[in-house]
Amino acid sequence: MVAVLATARTFTLDGISARPVRVEVDVHRGLPAFSLVGLPDAAVREARERVRAAMANCGFEFPLRRIVANLAPASLRKAGPGMDLAIATALLVASGQLEWEALPRLAMIGELALDGEVRPVAGALAIAEAARELGADALVVPAENGPEAAMADGIDVIALESLEQLPALAAGEWMPERPEPLPLMLSPNGHGPDLADLRGQRHLRYALEVAAAGGHSLLMIGPPGAGKSLAASRIPSILPPLAPEEALQVARIASACGRLRGAPGGRPFRAPHHTISPAGLVGGGNPPNPGEATLAHRGVLFLDELCEFRRDTLEAMRAPLETGTVAIARAGAWRQLPCRFMLVAAANPCPCGRGDADSECSCAPIAVQRYQGRLSGALADRIDILAAIRQPSAREIGGEPGESSADVRERVTVARQRQERRLGSGRCNAEMTPAEARECVLSDEAAALLADAYARRRLSGRAHDRVLRLAQTVADLAGAETIDREQMTQALQLRRRDYE
Amino acid sequence: MSPEPRACPDCLRRSWLLSHLAPYIEKIATGAPGSRSPELLRLSNEDLAAAAAPKVARQVLAQVEAIPERRLADDLRAAQCWACCRHDSLYPVGLRDAADAPWALIGRGDSALLGQLEPEGLVTVVGARRASSYGREVARELGRELAAAGIVVVSGLAFGIDACAHRGALDAGLTVAVLGCGADVAYPAAHRSLWRRICERGLVLSEQPPGAGAWRWTFPARNRIMAAMAGMTVVVEAAERSGSLITADLAADLGRDLGAVPGPVSSRSSAGPNNLLAGGACLVRGGQDVLDAMLGPGARRVEKAGASLDPELVEILEAVERGEDTCDAIAIELDLTGPEAASALSRLEMLGYLSCSMVGVYSRTLLQPPGEPSI
Repeated sequence: MVAVLATARTFTLDGISARPVRVEVDVHRGLPAFSLVGLPDAAVREARERVRAAMANCGFEFPLRRIVANLAPASLRKAGPGMDLAIATALLVASGQLEWEALPRLAMIGELALDGEVRPVAGALAIAEAARELGADALVVPAENGPEAAMADGIDVIALESLEQLPALAAGEWMPERPEPLPLMLSPNGHGPDLADLRGQRHLRYALEVAAAGGHSLLMIGPPGAGKSLAASRIPSILPPLAPEEALQVARIASACGRLRGAPGGRPFRAPHHTISPAGLVGGGNPPNPGEATLAHRGVLFLDELCEFRRDTLEAMRAPLETGTVAIARAGAWRQLPCRFMLVAAANPCPCGRGDADSECSCAPIAVQRYQGRLSGALADRIDILAAIRQPSAREIGGEPGESSADVRERVTVARQRQERRLGSGRCNAEMTPAEARECVLSDEAAALLADAYARRRLSGRAHDRVLRLAQTVADLAGAETIDREQMTQALQLRRRDYE
Repeated sequence: MSPEPRACPDCLRRSWLLSHLAPYIEKIATGAPGSRSPELLRLSNEDLAAAAAPKVARQVLAQVEAIPERRLADDLRAAQCWACCRHDSLYPVGLRDAADAPWALIGRGDSALLGQLEPEGLVTVVGARRASSYGREVARELGRELAAAGIVVVSGLAFGIDACAHRGALDAGLTVAVLGCGADVAYPAAHRSLWRRICERGLVLSEQPPGAGAWRWTFPARNRIMAAMAGMTVVVEAAERSGSLITADLAADLGRDLGAVPGPVSSRSSAGPNNLLAGGACLVRGGQDVLDAMLGPGARRVEKAGASLDPELVEILEAVERGEDTCDAIAIELDLTGPEAASALSRLEMLGYLSCSMVGVYSRTLLQPPGEPSI
């Protein structure tokens, strides 16, 4: 027994970013024991049992001595099973069963199965990037995470299948090939459902196009079965493709949530059920985990049955919608997660869903008022476009398929490019600040129309700016430099109506 | 400086007695002839107490009699209310005609308006709580036109027609809300902001003391006040057995003018006014009909013609009148593209010809394009 102390580098996942952890293992004479210190959570603490069994089953000897494994820095809370591999490796080195010269220049992640197989972990992409920042030459990852980790360039990725392969790897006798990185999705979401499925619904199609072109939030109101969910699920297909940096960030978030199996999709589409909790929607827990809003980053967050969501859940969305980030504060942890998504919501006109125009509607007036009152809450205040939907007629349902996603996307992409030239890369009209909105160029007629609508109290102060942003998007779609009268009237029609 | 409204303690104690007896009256006011709440309220204090709560009648009477004058005044002040009794010169003239008139009215708002409440200047607008968008639009426009012509619109702050009539009147002038609960209680609670606006711009009146809750029997009771105050009562929408028709009956009994807004014969919620019309009520198509009936034909005119319209906009207006009420329906009906339909509807809305609900459903306002025969 020569070496008694060994270290290995690994990472723990914190939200969507990785934090470096140094594993120190000390093997000493004394009563046989294996203690793990350094603020481990339950999954980390159980690593002792996995490491013990994996070593034994791979032909190594588990030292019958007093073993202390320390995870530094001790003040950082460690979560998840991703540190198993590093603990086992450091223990093998400390007990003299493995000599590995290159170990200090490496980092490693992976969960161990009892037979020594290295199992995949969440967040391999973020960890590979963090390892590169830390100056490591290579990252040892579970074989299944190889392609994902290889998406980060500037660092070698070694895909390990089993603990048995370690001695050969350490001795330099065996080296797996660098895994092929997963391709980034930089083309449009072409393979998903197509907007051509939406038949009839001319106004809804128009509202979808304007919403997609300007990144505006959209509220669809109509009876069940009129096509609200169908329309919402087609929105990613008419959005322009992601820029490379955006695509990498989307992949990083998916990877951190363990959702990146196979190639990353394009723009995310998330449709949480209305029973979701505030923490589930915007993220939470300790340490903080990302929620649906972060998973929808650069994509679409669809809230079906908006009026059925809990009020506190919707309230929690206010600030994230405004700033594009979620700030989660917990004891000992403060995290900021990205969540710049397009909000799409759907609601029925009344609790029974049939609406005022249908004589079958049996809702009491107080129930309808209370239900629609929920449309006026803090979240609804941030919705730009209202689309009223009716059940399409038999003639429309059986009629010609609508325009395809590709055709609509072409116009949307051109309009987005105009916005990026004006506002800067990656930004759209919905994100315009009041100062930027005031710089929109209006024709005299359009300005007079807007001023008149405001003066006659058909528009509130808040709605005034909203209409201005919408009008700018309508003009961008038309390829016009100046917002003219026609575009202003369309924006006025599309705007969400205030509750009185 | 207009005179302050005043109320003598005996009349005020009547209000307090009613609120003490409220749960008992609730049991005996069955709505059958002879035990409707307006009929019960004709009784004297002693008879009412004996009829409603024979076992505790003397006790309740003594209890109310023992309330010191100071307490009455303090309660009113604390609720920011004032009171006016039937012996005061400011007491609304119309109520003096009714045998069952409240002894005292407790109010909130500008008491200077009280002296101006003459039947010829007041119109009561009532109707269904569960109103159609047609009924709500008519009520709102009616309220607006009457208020603009200087008429004070009286209604009951309930859901549907009542609230729309109040809102329309507030757009252009004055309105009075008569409540079945205390004047300081915003009931229904969803109308708190409307109640507050009326307190600022008009009057809220009640027969009940401050803080009193609403009971089933207090609604017909406040209906009798609304019917008696105004020179004319207009029913906008009401099903066949509706509280609004009680108001209409009470108004007719007092010899007040009675008006009704016609609706589709197939609509259940227009059955009430259609029946009234068949029985000889005055046909109300808008504010002008009300003014003509109350003040004589042509005495006062309602301004209502809007801006002139292009032929294609007139076509859209007609489509909305046929019941095509969403942007999509219009686009299909007239074969327009989405943007074309949106733009045209928006222009009509801005000109005041259409209104759009918060769920995106359009309805026609009463504004008529020029050149058409005015109603």
